Amino acid sequence: MIGMTLILKKINQLIVGLIFLYGIYIITHGHLTPGGCFAVGAVIAGAFFLLVLAYGSDILKLRKREEGSSVAESTGIFIFLVLAFTALIIVTRIFFTNYLPKGITGELISSGVIPLYNIAVGIEVAAALFNTFLALYL
Amino acid sequence: MTTYLLCFVLFLVGLFGVLTKRNIIKIAIGLIIMELSLFMFFALIGYVDNGIAPIIVEKTENTKFVDPLPQAIVLTAIVIGLATTAMLMAIAIRLYKKYNTFDIRKIANLKG
Amino acid sequence: MNSLIPLFIILPLATAILIMLFGRLAKVLQKALPSAVLLFLTGLSFYFIISWDSGIYIYEIGGWGPIDNIPISIYFVLDGLSILMLCIINLVGFLSGFYAISYIKRYTGENKFYALFCLMIAGMNGVVLSGDIFNLYVYLEIAAISSYALVAFEVEKEKLEASYKYQVLGCLSSFFILLNIGLLYWYTKSLNIADISRIMEASANKNLIIFIQILFIAGFGLKAALIPFHAWLPDAHSSAPSPISAMLSGVLIKAIGIYLIIRLFFNMFDITYEIALLITVIGTLSMVIGVLLAIGQWDMKRLLAYHSISQMGYVIIGIGIGMLILAKGGNKSWAALSIAGGLFHMTNHAVFKGLLFLNAGAVEYTTGTRNLKELGGLSGSMPVTSSTSLSASMAISGIPPFNGFFSKLIIIIAAAKAQYFLLTFLAISVSIITLASFLKLQKKTFYGKLKNWNLNKIKEAPFTMCFSMIVLAILCIGLSLLIIPGIRENIMIHVVYTLINKSNYLLILSEL
Repeated sequence: MIGMTLILKKINQLIVGLIFLYGIYIITHGHLTPGGCFAVGAVIAGAFFLLVLAYGSDILKLRKREEGSSVAESTGIFIFLVLAFTALIIVTRIFFTNYLPKGITGELISSGVIPLYNIAVGIEVAAALFNTFLALYL
Repeated sequence: MTTYLLCFVLFLVGLFGVLTKRNIIKIAIGLIIMELSLFMFFALIGYVDNGIAPIIVEKTENTKFVDPLPQAIVLTAIVIGLATTAMLMAIAIRLYKKYNTFDIRKIANLKG
Repeated sequence: MNSLIPLFIILPLATAILIMLFGRLAKVLQKALPSAVLLFLTGLSFYFIISWDSGIYIYEIGGWGPIDNIPISIYFVLDGLSILMLCIINLVGFLSGFYAISYIKRYTGENKFYALFCLMIAGMNGVVLSGDIFNLYVYLEIAAISSYALVAFEVEKEKLEASYKYQVLGCLSSFFILLNIGLLYWYTKSLNIADISRIMEASANKNLIIFIQILFIAGFGLKAALIPFHAWLPDAHSSAPSPISAMLSGVLIKAIGIYLIIRLFFNMFDITYEIALLITVIGTLSMVIGVLLAIGQWDMKRLLAYHSISQMGYVIIGIGIGMLILAKGGNKSWAALSIAGGLFHMTNHAVFKGLLFLNAGAVEYTTGTRNLKELGGLSGSMPVTSSTSLSASMAISGIPPFNGFFSKLIIIIAAAKAQYFLLTFLAISVSIITLASFLKLQKKTFYGKLKNWNLNKIKEAPFTMCFSMIVLAILCIGLSLLIIPGIRENIMIHVVYTLINKSNYLLILSEL
């Protein structure tokens, strides 16, 4: 599909980076504030949607990009599963235990494995949403 | 109590849409309406008058909290709903490409 | 034993992801890995059934213990019924996965097929293990969504239509179940099955509970395709690729339909006479109407699909008679016999219906059609398919040395002992009609005169397909060993034990 006008392309260039940064901000603070992995996935995927809508699928060579997002999706779930499985195998013999030190409530680096889970699920959701979008759009 | 009943009415509206519409996209929209009414029902279950967000920091022993469990349930159910909606739409688009119509009366090849 | 329980969910899930990640690079991996993992899980579930000491095992995910006797964690609960279901799911799953290695070669996108297949297995294992009503819903949706995608796997007109119909009805049933979960949480403020049961015993709001029960019957009835809700089943089951048909018909409708009806109505709700009567009536309707609808079918897989409805009717009748006896306060041992008959028939049905669908797949693989009017005389050129199909047909229609005879016999004896003579009569006559229907299938497919096929083209199916069919055919005879008193007491009675003694299931609350 072809892209849109020059105005939209320019505005996109300005906005997309900010949206992406906002997504990263929420993902890193997911364990401190309401919201978290799924919301982040939606935000980051939204940034990608805007790019595709403005520039069209021809320029971005989307067939290849789709494969990349599917790999990213699988990697996200895989990290999540490895984190959960580590608890079962090595640390406490209980699936899904929070085995890292908890830290002080309210600090950025706290609450054990939960930020790591958040990041993994954020990657997964963003990639999955983008994948679905591409599958329905093309 | 009225809000609960309104939720149930919305559920029935969705069901009505699923049962009477002939367009596959409209059927999918009916399903989504049913789903959203259920999410609202869950949100209402957890609601407490004058309750605040259940984040426990110090000196909040006597405050009222809203019930966080239905909110967690709704978040999970939204993800599941996303998956079902995406599947429905994917199949609907494929059907349109094969038959060039959204009308289920023209699609009916199989007899249940 | 306890720390092995989550493996049933982790391993299939990890397999699905690994196939999506590395399946493109190594073709061997995507073919061998699902079968290997499912073989391991089958072995594990058989180890459970042998070493099981009639206790109930509980696994807390994340190590969150109960606070003030309120269970807040997510629990996996492993009791007799769960172990039986795990055996069925993983065994039929392994054999279908092994069969698919040859069968699915013709299609593109093999890695997606295997990934969805593993996801479906993970979902069903989760449903069976979950002790928590919302997680049960999540796993149920995982299994259901992957089955929607698998039904439409060969992207053709009819397959897409069948998948759309299945999805709309499946979504409706999921919403009924979700609404029920909401109502139950509203009423009891708990999600744990045992905890809900305890709270509802203490204070019962009759009307609400009856509403919830009827909605549950509608929801799970839609998933299990009992008769008023059966419209999607023949289309969906005949449109899927054959290994998936075997999984859908053999396992999925049991794991996310029948199993949940049994679990919730025995262990969560109190058994009342009205609900027991409703379940028995639905079972009778399914049994009779399903077989009547099957008579006129000429498509091999549609015929088998209608027979699935009818055989599920037998299972539900067995359960329903047990519930009726328990509700009236009758003799508990007859109730146990009846329920055991129903569960035994469920196990047998998984084996022989899986085998019949795999046979249909083998016939379609070699000849390219499954219309009974065009087939005929294949027994000479396809000896393995023909003989295994004969044994499965005799099992489903209840001929003595095969397993189907014994389970039907138990249900019929229980119905007669409980003095439901109409049910007894109907069960026997439906069995006779089933026999007639399968004689037609055998004659039109494998015997009679050979139609004008190109004879060089028709040869026996490849090795992996033959292997799966032979193993299932051996099981068709082997499962009748379960009727022998020593073995029966060790397995079937334990399974029924937690069902008819509800207080036994509630013991898990004190074990936390």
